[in-house]
Amino acid sequence: MNKSSYWKPRSNAWQVLAALSYPAALVVNIAMRPIIEVDERPYRVFLLALAAHTAVCYLRAFHDEKLALKYNHRSQFTFAAGALLMVWDVLSSKTGSLPLPFFPGPAQIMEVLFRERSAHALNCLYSLRLFAAGFAAGAFCGVVSGILIGWSKLWDYWLFPVMKVVGVIPAIALIPIVLIVMPGTFSTAVALVAISAWFPVAFTTARGIKSIHKSYFEAARTLGAQNGYMLRKIAIPGAVPSIFTGISTATGISFSTLVVSEMVGARGGLGYYINIAMGWMNYASVYAAILLMAVSFTLVLAVINAIKNRLLAWQKGLVK
Amino acid sequence: MSSPSIVINSPAAPPVIIEVKNVTRVFWDAREKSEKSVSALENVDLSVRKGEFVSLIGPSGCGKTTLLRLIAGLDAPQSGELLVEGEPVTGTSHERGYVFQQANLFPWETVEENIAFGLKARGVYEEYRGDVAEYIAMAGLKGFERSYPHQISGGMAQRASLARALINRPKALLLDEPMGALDSFTRMDLQEKLLELWQKFSATIILVTHDIDEAVYLSDRIVIMTPRPGRISEIIDADYPRPRSRSSARFVELRNKVLEKFHLAGAEAPVEYAI
Ligand SMILES: Nc1ncnc2c1ncn2[C@@H]1O[C@H](COP(=O)(O)OP(=O)(O)OP(=O)(O)O)[C@@H](O)[C@H]1O
Ligand SMILES: [Mg+2]
Repeated sequence: MNKSSYWKPRSNAWQVLAALSYPAALVVNIAMRPIIEVDERPYRVFLLALAAHTAVCYLRAFHDEKLALKYNHRSQFTFAAGALLMVWDVLSSKTGSLPLPFFPGPAQIMEVLFRERSAHALNCLYSLRLFAAGFAAGAFCGVVSGILIGWSKLWDYWLFPVMKVVGVIPAIALIPIVLIVMPGTFSTAVALVAISAWFPVAFTTARGIKSIHKSYFEAARTLGAQNGYMLRKIAIPGAVPSIFTGISTATGISFSTLVVSEMVGARGGLGYYINIAMGWMNYASVYAAILLMAVSFTLVLAVINAIKNRLLAWQKGLVK
Repeated sequence: MSSPSIVINSPAAPPVIIEVKNVTRVFWDAREKSEKSVSALENVDLSVRKGEFVSLIGPSGCGKTTLLRLIAGLDAPQSGELLVEGEPVTGTSHERGYVFQQANLFPWETVEENIAFGLKARGVYEEYRGDVAEYIAMAGLKGFERSYPHQISGGMAQRASLARALINRPKALLLDEPMGALDSFTRMDLQEKLLELWQKFSATIILVTHDIDEAVYLSDRIVIMTPRPGRISEIIDADYPRPRSRSSARFVELRNKVLEKFHLAGAEAPVEYAI
């Protein structure tokens, strides 16, 4: 990131406000008594951690011009986040202005997260395992079939029309069929995630190969390259940007499929957990699971993005 | 009427390596039902001897690129025959190096990988690995081995593209305005380099250019083409001793001759060179 992307700073007052926002939320939480029974310690630790993190950031920024710009840019957002936590806390656990149990407070969610931490960790791992297996299988098949369609006229003739029709069916609609073919809960879910990842990847890979400029193939041919070599060194590398467009789309779709398929038949995972918590009317647990989902999916996206940036180093500075 | 082609009858003359016989190439409008067609080349004859430096010159759209692509085997004619060393051209070959009008480097490969492409594609990289550094140096690209094509200048990209074709040591080198986008200093520099390589490898070169001075300075023969339909209107011998000087009487005389033919052929000489 360059300096020009830090455009936000207005007044230094925001930095002070930002640094004070989490401590303020903490003070309010300690000062006011909750109207319901809740163990507020996990939430306080959480706020303390956020406050400490902000403090450390600003201390480091004291000596570092670049960091200062960065944190100054973020200061309004940090302030808003702290303020929002405080208001939410007050409106829910402290005063009950938000209808309970449907809208629990941050303290309740943190309490659940802490109390059931081992179950949460297990569910997260369960979901991630399912995602890794299904997504890897789907993306791999997608890349392979996309290359076949994009490269070979014969495969294009037979597979492309099929893909166009099969691919638009939401994977979830296939649950009954997949259950017959693969009657294990894990394998069913893997198959569903794989199917939803497959189509976008296959489609954009095929299109990526078809849209590579003819002149690259011509240059390769005049340099003595045969078909197989051109496939490996021109078609596939040239299609990598498109492949990653497909992979990004596929990630989002696979997440939805993952959660839904966990909700219908799995014996673990975040989707499964949400379903169980709903059954018990335990909304704090539902929110806790949603929060965990957001965190783990963000991590997955970050990993995919890192791989993409590595593979597409040649594009740096070429595209926006 | 068939276009003139000159065959030198001296006994010492090297053998003909490239023969273009009565070649016609018509492009049809890509839109369906359209009857429109462009006669890019009509009954073109040309033969090039081994080791010869021939320039193709003519206004935009007269079929220079089309002719070069046919010789390279990137395209096929509707009628006529193309022979290289007596064999009909049926496709591309690494023995006919081609440098495109746009540098056309592979954007996902570094400069070094681009230049080594031909060696790797033919499976002889291990054998000629040492050449890569040499060709990088020759193209003046030392220090840019790891750069990607979009990170280097247009002139550097053209030199890289030339090096990429040369590393295969082709018998014939087909150059489609490789210096078109360069400033005059870089261009003269590259011209010298080209001459040097031509003499070193005793390659056969066909160079497409817009630049009359360039053609007169570099070539043994200058082929003047006219558009619609694309034809060869004149072939001028520029057989005067090397090393040449751009200010010699012979150079000026030849340049004026080419200019005159241009006007006779009814084509506007490119303004920038009509000094
Ligand atoms: N693939 C194609 N499809 C249709 N028409 C074409 C095609 N290639 C060339 N032409 C036409 O053939 C004619 C000759 O084109 P060519 O590219 O050979 O010209 P040129 O002499 O190389 O021109 P320039 O100096 O501008 O590069 C032009 O009128 C062009 O429109
Ligand atoms: Mg051209």
